[in-house]
Amino acid sequence: MDLRRFLFIAAIIVALFAVVVAVGAGHETPLVIIVSMLATTLAVATPLTLGALSGVFCERSGVVNIGIEGMMLTAAFFGWFASVYASTILKMDTMPSLLVGVFFAILTGALMGLLHAVLSITFKVDQVIGGTVINILAIGITGFLNRQLFFEKNGLFGGQFPHAPGVLPAIHVPFLADIPVIGRVFQQQPITIAAILLVFISHFVLFHTRFGLRTRAVGEHPRAADTVGINVNRMRYINVLIGGCLSGLGGAYFTLQSVPSFEPMMTNGRGFVALAAMIFGNWTPIGSWAAALVFGAAQALQINLQFFRNFIPPQWAFLQQSYVVGMVPYILTMIILTGLIGRTIAPAADGVPYEK
Amino acid sequence: MDPILEIRNITKQFPGVLANDHISFSLMPGEVHAFLGENGAGKTTLMNILYGLYQPDEGEILVHGNPVRFNSPSDAIASGIGMVHQHFMLIPVFTVAENIMLGSESTKGLVLDRAGVAKRVRELSHHYSLDVDPEALVEQLPVGVQQRVEIVKALYRHAKILILDEPTASLTPQEAQDLFRIMRELKEQGVSIIFITHKLKEVLSIADRITVMRGGKVVGTTDPQTSTETELATMMVGRAVSLEVEKGPAHPQGNVLEVQDLQVKDIRGLIAVNGVSLEVKAGEILGVAGVQGNGQTELVEAITGLHSPVSGSIHLMGHDITHSSPRAITELGSGHIPEDRQRDGLVLSFPVADNLVLNMYYNKPFARGMSMQEKEVIAHADQEIKNFDVRTPSALTPAGKLSGGNQQKVIVARELSRPIHLLVASQPTRGLDVGSIEYIHKQIIRRRDEGVAVLLVSTELDEILQLSDRIAVMYRGKIVAIIPAEEATKEYLGLLMAGAAPDQARQKI
Repeated sequence: MDLRRFLFIAAIIVALFAVVVAVGAGHETPLVIIVSMLATTLAVATPLTLGALSGVFCERSGVVNIGIEGMMLTAAFFGWFASVYASTILKMDTMPSLLVGVFFAILTGALMGLLHAVLSITFKVDQVIGGTVINILAIGITGFLNRQLFFEKNGLFGGQFPHAPGVLPAIHVPFLADIPVIGRVFQQQPITIAAILLVFISHFVLFHTRFGLRTRAVGEHPRAADTVGINVNRMRYINVLIGGCLSGLGGAYFTLQSVPSFEPMMTNGRGFVALAAMIFGNWTPIGSWAAALVFGAAQALQINLQFFRNFIPPQWAFLQQSYVVGMVPYILTMIILTGLIGRTIAPAADGVPYEK
Repeated sequence: MDPILEIRNITKQFPGVLANDHISFSLMPGEVHAFLGENGAGKTTLMNILYGLYQPDEGEILVHGNPVRFNSPSDAIASGIGMVHQHFMLIPVFTVAENIMLGSESTKGLVLDRAGVAKRVRELSHHYSLDVDPEALVEQLPVGVQQRVEIVKALYRHAKILILDEPTASLTPQEAQDLFRIMRELKEQGVSIIFITHKLKEVLSIADRITVMRGGKVVGTTDPQTSTETELATMMVGRAVSLEVEKGPAHPQGNVLEVQDLQVKDIRGLIAVNGVSLEVKAGEILGVAGVQGNGQTELVEAITGLHSPVSGSIHLMGHDITHSSPRAITELGSGHIPEDRQRDGLVLSFPVADNLVLNMYYNKPFARGMSMQEKEVIAHADQEIKNFDVRTPSALTPAGKLSGGNQQKVIVARELSRPIHLLVASQPTRGLDVGSIEYIHKQIIRRRDEGVAVLLVSTELDEILQLSDRIAVMYRGKIVAIIPAEEATKEYLGLLMAGAAPDQARQKI
């Protein structure tokens, strides 16, 4: 990622923060507002970050993945279901139930990744269509099972809506979280912390290891990789599975970290915004994260403005309309994808099945 | 001395084609063994078998006398075989070192040992006098250097046998000379080379032994001391081929194309054609010689309307076409054989029939109002396929499935099958085999004799000298001299192409 792009990202984030600081100025000190915005931004950027990383692994190896949305939705549902099952039926404690949930969310993501890999690598189905199939399948499966398992009289939980085990508790990052005022930024829930660590791990893996070099090689010029003895399809399978696991963890965010419940279609387009972040981040983990933070900040704006609803000056009354503010992330997506801030370059063999 | 590599009775059948029919040959240590044959003779299939990309149906391969079986390129690499493919197997966005180590990476712990690989690459490039910078990005390197990277890549894997598949196809004459120097150096160091080509001159200048293939069979093995170009061509094509172009004197008439003070920018926005003036008369061939990248591409694009010039003027039959569209220029009676036939000449996924009407599909009888007349298009195609001897299974075969020579014939058929005043032919025979070259040259001469003005752009000096009536030499966007063909020699043109002033160049000869 070039400097210009990072400056653009920084400028948008500063602008979004400034709006909240200006509105809340009479009520809270700017520092408190900024810290609150930062903490929210990091938290709500989590599924976008994980979704974008999922896309980075798939597409760097040459498989287009527009099914991130569906993968996250399915994982959100099965993670949620597994945690409820563990706590209600198996009578497990809260924390173990939640961890079982996270495990099953990742497993679900991996299985969806496997489905995408089989469709696009083995059967060479058009990858955009394969991804669309996954998105539609996800809505169908989760909607249907949600009804069958939780709302049917003679369902698994006996018609009683089961009691959820709650959400993953925030982790107190040693030292950093103890800093006065600013410390709040480092009070984050585990999936958020994992996502941030995974950004740097992914960067290391892709650009400094043998596995990463080979992954990028099969995404750029698979035949060249083949002629030096690299198994192109195996590399692609592994990467799409990794992508599936990352989407799965992203899905866990919705039902095990953000809120303790499942709603049909609750991912609400976040998988697609993640794709936009990946593109704007030029298919790099760190760039994607930076772009995910822009979208996170736009969402944080919406959330934080709620607190200051009554302080919004009359000439800015439009900010009281939640749908106006709610449009910001999507408008940003469109602006960013127009290529206004320079074109990004996809891996050369992205979306092209490999034929010997 | 025992052969380092021997193959016996290799046979490979593809659906409908016997690509290799009981091929046997042996390679001695430190030998340059050339494989000569037309496109489709089975050379590349044989090399892909040797490199483990295909498995033979029959026959055996022996390395140092031991039978081996290659299931994948890794097996071939392990036996000391390296291959430089015609289309390079390099990843443009990787550095030289990354490309070289890919597949046999060295690591320190988990981390790629980039510095270690770079050091080893420098050692190798020093040892074999192959100048490459391990930190450079491959996409920023010229083609000749990319090829060196491919050679170092093979040596890095300890290759003792190097297969070079059509290595000069994409090189300038200078780069080709440099490659031959490298090949001699490698030979000195004990590397054996299999050199695949269809260029006769190259074979005679570099090979120790020559194996000629035709139709999937070996038709003979010879050596450069006892054979001539004509003999090799005859073996290769299976009939007597005239390597000399037969043409009578030109009878030039009035000017058809007039170019005045033309300036054209290239895609990067730099001036590529800098004040070029020339005219081409009816019934003559003006050859434009020059090393690739001296503005010829942009000159042709301006004349054919693909690229609008910055200043200057172009007139065709008295009409100002300086800023006209390609269609307007085509309709004034101009034909264009583009430099890159696959990018600019054909729609590869379209059938041959549609490609043959790309410049007139909208006219009667091929279209009536909005609807295409399929029958007319196919009838036209069948006629042209016969007239121009295009070898294609049918008029409905996608153009991309044809061999290079036949693709070029489709373009030639399209451009020459209607009455034209001007033919712009850019690299018309690049990458083609002897038979196709002969055919296309004859077609160009025939049009000249019919009174067409021909602008021929080529980086092959032989082609320029054989076809042209007058020769213009381009150097750094300017035409440095226009001379009658009788006064031109290869040496003189070579000096002009390298930037020497005409008087100095004349003195040197």
